[in-house]
Order: sequence, then C-alpha cells, then structure tokens
Amino acid sequence: MKPGLQFDDAGRLRHLLTIEGLSRQTILEILDTAESFLSVGEREIKKVPLLRGKTVVNLFFESSTRTRTTFEIAAKRLSADVINLNVSVSSTSKGETLLDTIRNLEAMHTDLFVVRHAESGAAHMIARHLPAHAHIINAGDGRHAHPTQGLLDVFTIRRYKGEFNKLKVAIVGDILHSRVARSQIHALNALGVAELRVIAPKTLLPTAVEKLGVRPYTRMEEGLDGVDVIMMLRLQRERMQGALIPSEQEYFNLYGLTPEKLALTAKDAIVMHPGPMNRGLEIDSAVADGPQSVILPQVTYGIAVRMAVMALIMGGSAEPAGGRR
Amino acid sequence: MTAVVDIETAMARMVEQLHPMLKRRPLMVGIHTGGVWVAERLHTMLELAEPLGTLDISFYRDDFTRIGMNPQVRTSHLPVNVEDRHLILVDDVLHTGRTIRAALNEIFDYGRPASVALACLIERGGRELPIEPQVVGEHVKLGKNQHVKLLGPEKLELRIQEVNG
Repeated sequence: MKPGLQFDDAGRLRHLLTIEGLSRQTILEILDTAESFLSVGEREIKKVPLLRGKTVVNLFFESSTRTRTTFEIAAKRLSADVINLNVSVSSTSKGETLLDTIRNLEAMHTDLFVVRHAESGAAHMIARHLPAHAHIINAGDGRHAHPTQGLLDVFTIRRYKGEFNKLKVAIVGDILHSRVARSQIHALNALGVAELRVIAPKTLLPTAVEKLGVRPYTRMEEGLDGVDVIMMLRLQRERMQGALIPSEQEYFNLYGLTPEKLALTAKDAIVMHPGPMNRGLEIDSAVADGPQSVILPQVTYGIAVRMAVMALIMGGSAEPAGGRR
Repeated sequence: MTAVVDIETAMARMVEQLHPMLKRRPLMVGIHTGGVWVAERLHTMLELAEPLGTLDISFYRDDFTRIGMNPQVRTSHLPVNVEDRHLILVDDVLHTGRTIRAALNEIFDYGRPASVALACLIERGGRELPIEPQVVGEHVKLGKNQHVKLLGPEKLELRIQEVNG
C-alpha cells in the first residue's frame, strides 16, 4: 500500500489513509491545528464556518459508536452537512459492491468520505477511484490502520507529557489484531519517542514485531518498568480465531492493568485506552476511573484532532486564483 | 524598502483618537499576528484594566477553499465576555477589509457586543468590502502590487515590498 496516495502533486495531504509515511512536520502541523480547534469546543457557539456547504458521509461497514460520533461532531463543528450510513445493514446486504456504493454517493456530490471497513486496504482502494475533488479519511480498515486514533493519542500524550524525546511508552494488549497499535507505533516513532515498547503474550504479537521499531515484552512486570505512558488496547474478542489466550481470567491476571501493576511505572504515568473498554479483562476499573487515567480526555481531544484533519485535507482544494492576503 | 511611517507617531495618533472612547469601558481585541502587537502597545499606553483579547481568524477566512488552512493558526482567546460590551478591534494593516469581515463573524460567535469600533495602524486603501476604520494611525497610498507587512514583536517596523505579477 503506497503512502504516496495520500498526497497530491504539490505534496499536500489530500486523504488520510495511514500515518505511515507522514513526516514529523506533517504530524506536528495536525496537532498544532487541533490545539486551536480545542478552544472552539469550549465556546458558547461551538461552530466555525470552514466547511460550510460541504457534504461529509460517514460510511461505516463496521459498527462503531465513539469514532462515528466524534467524526460527526467534528464535521458539524466545521459547519459541514453530515450523513451517517451504516452499510453493514444496508445495500451491501443486497449485493452491491464497495465501489458501487462509493460511486452512488459520489453522484450525490459528497466531498469527504469517512470510511470504516473490516478489510485492510479498503480506504486505499477507494482513494484510488475517487474523483479529484473528493477526499477520504480512513476511520479504521481491518488490522491495518486507524490514523485519527493514532493522532489523537499522540495529541493526548503531548498535552499531558510534553516532549516526545524524553518519554518511554508501552502499548499493551492485542497488538496482533490492532490497527490502533499500528497507527500509534507509526506516529510515536515519527515523533521520536525515547523508547517504545509493546507488551503482549507471544500469541498476540505479530511475527518480527521489532521491525516496526518497537521493543517487545511478554511480561508486564518487565515491560511496565519506569514507563511514562501506558496505552492499553481492547482485547478484540470478535477478531480472535482459535485459542490465542488461555482464558479471560488468566489474561486479566497476566496482562490486565491493575493498581498493583500501575505502581511499576513512573510515578506520574498516564493511562490511555482507545475504547470501548473491557473492564475486568484488560483494565481494572480502579485504574480506568483513577487519577492517572486520561481516557475521557482522549475522547474530547479526538474531536479537535478530527476537525484538524478534515480542515487540512479539504482546504485549498479549489484552483488557486490569487495569492494569500 | 522600509519605514516611510514613524510607528511611534502613528501609535500616539491612535491613542489620541481612542481616548474619548474610554468612558464606555471598551474591551480591546487584537487580530493575530500584527494586530495583537499593536493592541498590546495600545492596551499598555491606555492603561486598560481588563485583559486584552486575541483573535485568529483562520477558521473564518473566505479563501479557505482556495488556499487552505494557515499552517500556523493560533488560538483565539477572549478572556472577558463580549456580550453587551463596546469592543475596539485592532489590526495592523487595513487593506481589502476581508480580515475584518472574518473577525466580526468570529466575534459574534462569542456573543453580541454593544458596538465594535475598528482601529488600525495603517490604512492603505484597496477596500473590497464596505468596512471603514474609526481610528487610524497613518494613511498610506500603495499600489496593487505593493505589499506592506508589520515586523515585530520586540520592535515594530513596517516593511513595504514590491510583489511580482
């Protein structure tokens, strides 16, 4: 999958398909823009007119509440018109192909597609077939990528912890099936964290995971030692085929984040989770609701980050007819 | 080409014009980036008690679909509620009026001020919208292909450049 597909000939970001291939500078530009959008959410009128008259279609082939809602709110705060389509229960069940669905929505003059699909590469495939004026944001494709989640995670880390090059970060859980983990890893490495660890049972680690630029651990006690940021992943029961974990109780005993295990990290470490949480499976409620948890701020920041991505990829798409004034 | 305008004199002229407005307890709001520098100085010179507001109008520009996002957008910050207050909106250079149009739209998303007066350091002609300033530091006649920019923030300096095409 070519990351180059995301950029136009002038090198501007036109789609967001994956964090892989984004420069540190591009990522920082998105985070800085998100910082400005954060204040819009705190105002009396939580709306700016940037995308007035644009049509955004949330096209979800997999169910989602938080991601779809935050994309919807983000688009509405930019004054776009938003249509939500849960295609899993719509036309594909009548046999329509993915591209036919897209072509029909294109014929309705959609400006931005936000797409979630169970197949890795679905968003890339759509991007190759879109007309020049339309844009796409990948809201999760199979096990491959969930770039806006990765971006909102690094945005959260920067807000709480500042400089990336001083941080030790651990991603814990089902790395194998997780598109979130892959996007987090690309973002954190592009931003140059001091150390990036992944912690999981061997069965939930991809083969040759080191090639992604991470240090693997199979024991929580070793992996959590002294880290500043813990990024928990959801155990994706729906993606598990066969016996990858012995039992849920044993998984919790070994890899669930409890107050005792949290005590192994740096004293002011933050705890993150992309949601939805399996309480008592990968995370103990005392941690999820505890003082070090930044799980709800992640949701708030997710809106600002998605506003920033939409504004950056959709701005300046018309033919330039004069310089900036 | 630099400084045909003496900034200190222009600033003093603005203070003089602003003085009669002070009895209405106005709030001062500067537009990023040059307008904020000018507003900071006026705010100090006029000894205004309430904090200065700042606006970044990037989210309200009318050329977003042509040019895109300003990569260095700053955060707007209006620390005092604008509802029913008299505002003095400050910018460095008034040219087409489009920035002011955007700033007015943004202000009204924060509330409904009692009035808005416009104060600018430089008025250069070339208006494309019916917007006129109440307070002007200096009127400067410039051609279409001349570009004027305020440099700062430590020392304010005006730079006039010829733009090609």
